[in-house]
Amino acid sequence: MVHGEIWTIKEFFVLPNEYIYWSIQIVMYPFMTGLVAGAFVLSSLYHVFNVKQLKDIARFALVFSFALLPVAMLPLMLHLQQPLRGTNVLMTPHFTSAISAFGIVFLAYACIVASEIWFVYRKHFVDVVNNLQAKSQRTMLENLQLLLNRVLTLGAMDIGKESLDKDHKAVSLLAAIGIPVACFLHGYAGFIFGSVKANALWMTPLMPVIFICSAVVSGIALCIITYIVTMKLRTMWAKRHQGEPGVPSIAQLRQVEDTEVRMSAKALLTFMVLAVTLELLDIIFRGYTAVKSWDILREVIYGLDFYKIFVFQYGLGNFLPFLLLLLPGVTVRRAAFCSLLVLFGVFMMRWNVVIGGQAFSLTFNGFMHYHLPIIPHDMETFKEGLFGALFVMLCPYVIFFFLNKITPVFLEEESH
Amino acid sequence: MKRRDFLKNTLIAVAGASIPLSALEMIDPRELFAAHPELRWVFLANTHKCVGCGFCVKACKVENDTPYDANVSRTWVERYVITKNGEIHIDSPKAARDGFISADIYKGQNPLALPEVDFAHGRIEKPSAHKGEFEKIREEDIAQAFFVPKLCNQCENPACVQVCPVGATYQAPDGVVLIDRDWCIGCGYCIMGCPYGVRFFHPVYKVAEKCNFCYHRISKGLKSACVTACPFGARQIGNIRDPNDPVTQSIMSERIGVLKDEYGTKPQVFYIGLNKEVR
Repeated sequence: MVHGEIWTIKEFFVLPNEYIYWSIQIVMYPFMTGLVAGAFVLSSLYHVFNVKQLKDIARFALVFSFALLPVAMLPLMLHLQQPLRGTNVLMTPHFTSAISAFGIVFLAYACIVASEIWFVYRKHFVDVVNNLQAKSQRTMLENLQLLLNRVLTLGAMDIGKESLDKDHKAVSLLAAIGIPVACFLHGYAGFIFGSVKANALWMTPLMPVIFICSAVVSGIALCIITYIVTMKLRTMWAKRHQGEPGVPSIAQLRQVEDTEVRMSAKALLTFMVLAVTLELLDIIFRGYTAVKSWDILREVIYGLDFYKIFVFQYGLGNFLPFLLLLLPGVTVRRAAFCSLLVLFGVFMMRWNVVIGGQAFSLTFNGFMHYHLPIIPHDMETFKEGLFGALFVMLCPYVIFFFLNKITPVFLEEESH
Repeated sequence: MKRRDFLKNTLIAVAGASIPLSALEMIDPRELFAAHPELRWVFLANTHKCVGCGFCVKACKVENDTPYDANVSRTWVERYVITKNGEIHIDSPKAARDGFISADIYKGQNPLALPEVDFAHGRIEKPSAHKGEFEKIREEDIAQAFFVPKLCNQCENPACVQVCPVGATYQAPDGVVLIDRDWCIGCGYCIMGCPYGVRFFHPVYKVAEKCNFCYHRISKGLKSACVTACPFGARQIGNIRDPNDPVTQSIMSERIGVLKDEYGTKPQVFYIGLNKEVR
């Protein structure tokens, strides 16, 4: 069977070779990159702009962004017809193509995040090494931990005030460089779509900007949710270990969680206004200028995809959480609910762009309907089906779990 | 060392080194071609002559190793039926491989048909309604009807070449756009980038695939398979740089059109009798 045939339903006249070639994994790709960029921007709000209230969530967002990073690459690999040749992009990059530099931008960004994390955690690595070395008897695991942390310090064992100040400066600098690079990384994903002149829905110079704004929105939303979940786990842990030294009181934890979530929700609101404004501007502009493609686009936007666009994306994903967040007295629970809705909204936006852009024929005389493969019966229906997407969604949490062992995101004695 | 000696020695050293260095220079195919700039393949399709027999599609599939029953094709024929009330009906069932054997217009699959579960193999199949529905059009309602053959336009400014991230698709000096099957990563960006929908994934090789005017034939002096198979001369291939080529003469003297020139791709497949409904 031809690639794409299994999930494409062609209605009216569609060219023989037209199928929905870019399916669920290409929906996942901008969604995951968006989360990376958004999480990083949230952490930078503290590191660069010194929004003090975000201190606790900033480090969390930074490490989480790093955990998300390899997963942004995963959907691309899963959708390639020749995944083993993926490295060809780095070997013979053909720079007239919008995706040829992706590997380079991606690696540059990964380096920035990794070095920022290193500067934030250098003191922690040194502390671990010193603590473990002081022990006379070490278990096998502790020896391993010692070795790992010793490698991670890269030999920089000085934790005097002066050198820590330097670390701090480096973090601010890296975070400042990181913001434009993060935006570039994601604006770039928007450019990949926006520059396809053959596609009437995708081709707009607004695409990169729309992508960046919705990226920041989704990144912040995911950080809020994950933060709340981890805080709940911490509270449970603190309850069990109450009274032991070094365990924060529950009231303390609740208060930290409350301020962090409330501040993040404010940032979320700001970026949401921007994102929705741009998206609506795009639709209004298309309708007003009404070039040749508008006839079919109107049918897709107001007919075929009406529920996906206006009910799920704008209604449930934008306006409902917007209203809920604007109502006074935001609670943690409400913020979590809103963030979930926002995440869903951004996912639907990616879906409506990627799948919606392929919902009509190049001849403007027919439609293509996408049927997501649910039960996989071969590699292709797994990779480009529901379970492939879920696999991609779960990956960052697995990575985060292990990363958290090396660079714990909640450090009480932290002074940075 | 005197200045004179220094200059002399330098000259000898440079001259001596340049001989082995010149041997290292790679041969650039573009340079070779510059010696023969008199070749640029173009295609001419005459819609007045096409009857929709589908021999071209059949010949192409066999010649170019495209699986015969796969629902993709390097070339295809479209049927246009315009009724007196202005409605346009277009179809190309099976890419017109078997010709247009029915007067009914293929209307595509029904998106509302529910999928059928194949319990024996544990998979969900497309329902039989998805095989497609046909619409009958009364003969007295038809204002005009015609056939349009389609194939790769071998654009002068090909969007597919621009967007390939690894350079696996490229334009030969004689204008034909080719694909390197050993280097294509199968990202599908070229398929998305082509405004004419001529590209697809080869079901066997799992890389991008498209018409190349039968490059293996035309570079040996033969004609493309579809051109040879066409019994009515509706398809012709020629060299636009040769003023005596009958194709060039037709393009110069007849009123011709190209598809979607608004994309700036400069397509090189020319049509005689192109209607505005054809996109």
